[in-house]
Amino acid sequence: MAEVTGIKEIIKPENLVYKKTKLMTDKVLSYCPGCGHGTAHRILAEIIDEEGLQSETIGICPVGCSVLLYEFIDIDWQEAAHGRAPALATAIKRLLPEKFVFTYQGDGDLAAIGTAETIHACNRGENILIIFINNGIYGMTGGQMAPTTLPGMRSSTSPYGRDVKIMGNPLKMTDIVATLLGTYYVTRQSVHTPANVKKTKKAMRKAVQYQKLNKGTCFIEIVSNCPSNWKMTPVQSNKWMEENMFPYYPLGDLKIPAEQITQKTSNSEKND
Amino acid sequence: MAKIRGSIVVNIDRCKGCEVCMVSCPTGTIAMAKEVNHKGYFYAFPANPDLCIGCASCAMVCPDGVITVYKTKI
Ligand SMILES: Cc1ncc(C[n+]2csc(CCOP(=O)(O)OP(=O)(O)O)c2C)c(N)n1
Ligand code: SF4
Ligand code: SF4
Repeated sequence: MAEVTGIKEIIKPENLVYKKTKLMTDKVLSYCPGCGHGTAHRILAEIIDEEGLQSETIGICPVGCSVLLYEFIDIDWQEAAHGRAPALATAIKRLLPEKFVFTYQGDGDLAAIGTAETIHACNRGENILIIFINNGIYGMTGGQMAPTTLPGMRSSTSPYGRDVKIMGNPLKMTDIVATLLGTYYVTRQSVHTPANVKKTKKAMRKAVQYQKLNKGTCFIEIVSNCPSNWKMTPVQSNKWMEENMFPYYPLGDLKIPAEQITQKTSNSEKND
Repeated sequence: MAKIRGSIVVNIDRCKGCEVCMVSCPTGTIAMAKEVNHKGYFYAFPANPDLCIGCASCAMVCPDGVITVYKTKI
């Protein structure tokens, strides 16, 4: 391995503060430079590792840029047909209720071809975690418009920008599933800055712990970038995301478990 | 008073030159190399190693998990 290092004397095992988790395999990620998929994978792998769930986890891969996800995290996987991950996750969780079962899906997968599977799995309150990477576009197939594409946003199938009169308004899937009684924890995060990575990791840890309670579906949207199809540098794309995606898809919790709300109010009462 | 000092290790072969680490570093430790790696990317490197505080901000945002971070008090 060719490497460059900072001050050599500090590089000792006892000073180690951050190293890629061993749950990430040695395969080179198939993503474009700066794509949020890689960061999202690593956070997920870290949580599965830290919670000691490597042999207890079954993930469902989507169709999309992350179709090869099973190559990158060293756990058990199933590949689903495009959009069908929540249906497959339902089957696996019902057959193996002791396992931690999650899906990882893009917006084309989850919010277009798989809309029905997503909504019905959440409505049935399947005890699975759904991780939703929303980059507002079909990445893998060349940047076509997705249901989540912003108004006025250019894509290869909306070259003059999305005209909402003809193409409808962007679908806020996370807001929709938050209204369903079957969902237990619904949140929207991002992974483009260190602070956001920390928040997403916290959300993912909560979701993994909630899954153990068998109280319904946990749903984490990660608003992400697609520098290649947005035709920007990675750093520009993250800035564009903050300025354009976040106003439409604001970050934060959309639904938190009732127990937590009671805890929060009693805490604030204590503080009063 | 003890001073916090950090040090990073960048796996050059795996870096895709996205610059996300560089803009996330609060101290300006990281810059992009003037030469490319075997894949043709201008890789990240600790251009100002003395400035590193070992906060791991760069490693947290690196999509490719390229950076390892060490920290100590001197
Ligand atoms: C049944 C079916 N229809 C269409 C496709 C073509 N297809 C592959 S990936 C994709 C869209 C993926 O977009 P998204 O889910 O947003 O993921 P991203 O690539 O952006 O991560 C489509 C339409 C397919 N593979 N299978
Ligand atoms: S096409 Fe977009 S979503 Fe796919 S790997 Fe590249 S940047 Fe990521
Ligand atoms: S974030 Fe990672 S891949 Fe991107 S330039 Fe920095 S070290 Fe390289």
